[in-house]
Amino acid sequence: MKSFAYHQPGGIPEAAKLLSSVAESKLVAGGMTLIPTLKQRLAQPEALIDLSSLADLRGISDDGATITIGAMTPHAQVAASELVRGKIPALAALASMIGDPAVRNRGTIGGSVANNDPAADYPAGTLGLGATIVTNAREIAADAFFLGLFETALEAGEIITGIRFPVPLKAGYAKFKAPASRYALVGVFVAQLPAGVRVAVTGAGAGVFRVPPMEAALSNNFDASAIAAIKIDADGLTSDIHAEADYRAHLVTVMAKRAVGAALG
Amino acid sequence: MQISFTLNGRPTTMDVDPATLVAELLRERLNLTGTHIGCDTSQCGACVVHLDGLPVKSCTLLAPALDGATLVTIEGLQGAPGSNRLHPMQEAFRENHGLQCGFCTPGMVMTAVALARDKPGLTEAEVRHGLEGNICRCTGYQNIVLSVMAGADAMHAAKGE
Repeated sequence: MKSFAYHQPGGIPEAAKLLSSVAESKLVAGGMTLIPTLKQRLAQPEALIDLSSLADLRGISDDGATITIGAMTPHAQVAASELVRGKIPALAALASMIGDPAVRNRGTIGGSVANNDPAADYPAGTLGLGATIVTNAREIAADAFFLGLFETALEAGEIITGIRFPVPLKAGYAKFKAPASRYALVGVFVAQLPAGVRVAVTGAGAGVFRVPPMEAALSNNFDASAIAAIKIDADGLTSDIHAEADYRAHLVTVMAKRAVGAALG
Repeated sequence: MQISFTLNGRPTTMDVDPATLVAELLRERLNLTGTHIGCDTSQCGACVVHLDGLPVKSCTLLAPALDGATLVTIEGLQGAPGSNRLHPMQEAFRENHGLQCGFCTPGMVMTAVALARDKPGLTEAEVRHGLEGNICRCTGYQNIVLSVMAGADAMHAAKGE
């Protein structure tokens, strides 16, 4: 790991100022992706801006029809939260499946969403529920936020402060894990909302994506049988050492059915 | 930068380069070599320590995170007060042959202690889920799971005494 300057701002304005004024600087939240990246020298920032002392970014609030999770809230806290388990149990379940207990104690929702790893879990929950990403500058709908491989709508100097999730009628998440990393080989989040059903897939392609044919079928009939015959085109999906694209395509339907089952269970 | 923290019950202050991993700091500067580095990619769990009571992977933790915190390593686990005994979880690993080469054991024990402390009456499924971030290449996990269940019972029995 190359040396870097280290800043620990006491507030969001200070953090934003550092981020836009310090050359080659990067934000660090829980560090569960960034630190391994630094160790492999895939990233060599001149400075790290550590958000861990911003207590305002930690915590979960109940706004009635929505819940808001602060960007620095670790996965373990979301998984254990009575509020999340009561209102969006699928999101608590998703958080409980990320990595392992030690990773869940450090990794944060804001870090996961900002990083937009193509196999991360939270992008599926965020897009699947049609959540809103709240930053220090604006609010961004999930549909406009995830732009593909590690790319998001965040602009230079912009910091996620929280994610606002609508409370669905029903929701479920199912994932087929890569055994060592516990990342999603394929993960599918299904949510039934007053406006219709949303289906979001992670792990299968270069970034999280929705499946409109499944959404239409499930909006008509919210049952696993409604999507059993829907095949996903393997074109453009990921092939790697863990699985070929056609296998991932097959898994999308399998995991989507299981997610519907979890939502109804 | 200077950091101050409590290490296994002792107040500790030191100067560190912020680009120092806690696992390196422990092993190379503090001579606490019970914390092992296995994969160094945050997957194997041999480096698990307790930061403010929570199990974390010290190979994926920067030294500045220690400032103001309480850190417990495998060396900081203790048996019954005043005794020279092993911690009940360590004793359970010994009794149940929960290790072969022993390389993963410090991380297994640290993860297991946190798991058992949080939840009495652990089921086998909960133990297996809780150990997902700790990889053993010798045992096939059977005896590790037995050890953790026995250790958890012993920890809660000791608490009830």
